[in-house]
Amino acid sequence: MTSALAPAPSKLAAERKKSSERGRRLGSRGGNIAAGIAAWAIGILFVFPVFFMVLTSLHSEVNASTNPPSFFAPLTLDGYREFFGASSGASPWPPLINSATASIISTILVILLAIPAAYALSVKPIKKWTDAMFFFLSTKMLPAVAGLLPLYIIARYLGLLDNINYLLILYTAMNLPIAVWMMRSFLADIPVELFEAAAIDGAGLIRTLRSIIVPIISPGIAATALICFIFAWNELLLANTLTSVIAGTAPVFLTSFVTSQGLFLAKVCAAATIVSLPVIIAGFAAQDKLVQGLSLGAVK
Amino acid sequence: MATTTATPLDTKAEAKAAKKKEPKPSFNERWLDKKGWIRRFPLLPALVFTIILTQIPFVATIIISFMNWEAQNPTEIAFGTLDNYVQVFTDPALRSSVFFTIVLTVTVVLVSLALGLGISLLLNRKFFGRGAVRTMMITPFLIVPVAAALLWKHAIYNPVYGLLNGLLTLVGAEAQPDWITEFPRLAIEVQLIWYWTPFMTLILLAGLQSRPGDILEAANVDGASAWQTFRFITMPHMRRYLELGGLLGSIYVIQTFDTVFVMTAGSLGTANLPFTVYETLYSAQNYGLASAQGVVVVIFSIAIATFLLRTVSTLFEES
Repeated sequence: MTSALAPAPSKLAAERKKSSERGRRLGSRGGNIAAGIAAWAIGILFVFPVFFMVLTSLHSEVNASTNPPSFFAPLTLDGYREFFGASSGASPWPPLINSATASIISTILVILLAIPAAYALSVKPIKKWTDAMFFFLSTKMLPAVAGLLPLYIIARYLGLLDNINYLLILYTAMNLPIAVWMMRSFLADIPVELFEAAAIDGAGLIRTLRSIIVPIISPGIAATALICFIFAWNELLLANTLTSVIAGTAPVFLTSFVTSQGLFLAKVCAAATIVSLPVIIAGFAAQDKLVQGLSLGAVK
Repeated sequence: MATTTATPLDTKAEAKAAKKKEPKPSFNERWLDKKGWIRRFPLLPALVFTIILTQIPFVATIIISFMNWEAQNPTEIAFGTLDNYVQVFTDPALRSSVFFTIVLTVTVVLVSLALGLGISLLLNRKFFGRGAVRTMMITPFLIVPVAAALLWKHAIYNPVYGLLNGLLTLVGAEAQPDWITEFPRLAIEVQLIWYWTPFMTLILLAGLQSRPGDILEAANVDGASAWQTFRFITMPHMRRYLELGGLLGSIYVIQTFDTVFVMTAGSLGTANLPFTVYETLYSAQNYGLASAQGVVVVIFSIAIATFLLRTVSTLFEES
């Protein structure tokens, strides 16, 4: 461009600029390759224990307990057979079903309570809606041990110890604040005009919820549900305190799984893999919204 | 609530202006106003549910913490004592658990935050298989905590056939340490750092990707070096995300129970407060003391929470 006016120096400058740009681009490409190698190395380091868990679960007990580890030993499903009670006869199904019951029903309750609440906090906000939001958030900061003892005593006197329904009610309370925060952040993204149009057409609260809100935010509902499911499935402290033989959940079952008799590493790895499987599936399904859920909707 | 005519998603300024114009309704008017209740109604189930299940037990915990109540001596239940609190801070075992809770939380949060920042900076660059590495980085966080603790205890730290000593044998090292016995606290910290670094990475990566593109471009055009861009654009932007990750992480890590319960069962000086509360309640059946311990955990949490609330509210007002 300016080269027409003063050809010689600007040409030089242009060339120098070009070469420096090329240098920078090359440099950054080289940097990206180095970053890529470092990232791969760190990624493999972090995922390796999980890979090792799955690999060990597929080895025989003898091959699982060698030093150095036999990475290339033949694969077998014996660990999984043992987990499902092939020789001990102890079935893992009751705790798995208890976990599924507590996680799924509490998640449904959470969503049913959170959607109307989020509606009252964003679409037609009550006065002081921010106070209500921060009240919900503050309950999330109350550690479970803060209420553990009264919850235990209440259960003991009302005969609710070892009762899965009691546990699932508590899980609902545990996850409700997260769900309210997430749902509000999804609802706040819906354009106001939609609600105005619905109001003009005479739609009430239920109708608006069913015909407008739920269809639009269903991906958000799914992500919220998956995250609540994960937290409920993972929970140990309440489950360990309040349940035992009948209503024990999968994490409780896992803690009592290790016996000191004989070799058990493949069996333990199989158990850890099976119990983690629902969480891995739910986590990858919710991957895009995982951060939003974990940060209570603060990060998008 | 007589002023419900304002459209719902008004900006704050407008809402304030509207507030000034309207005469203030009396208490009765506000509480009996039908429209206000129609608005509040959808919130009530969730609100009442949360209050009953979180606030009431907590109040009960506070009351019981001032009681002399051991399940074995039901006749000696009495109210009005500070013994439980005195015991929390004077009993050496309990003091050690208060101390370890702080050390554990600070170590795990700071290290995983630093690792998370480094890894998110790497993941923010373009390279082959970025999606795959991101997926690998998330995976530790998707292992059920109890399962993760079992995995580390038996498959990795075990002195005879664990992965660490197996790798030591492979490289020809003679040493075969018993990791959990020799370094109990470190063993727990490393396992938790492995679990929480993915969480920090995810939050910080989201923060990096929300940097305004035009400013980065402008810095590039102006010839800012990579270090200058990092120091003057990335870090100020990331500050709140670092705070958010650190504070949320602290809230979760301070509540750690699974790892301690599975890995050491609180022995070797690794009993933190949540584990101690559980044990006091479950094994010792000393309800008053367990409650006082619970209250102490809450006081720590409130200190963190105050900062967290401030950070969240700045992010919240922005969006």
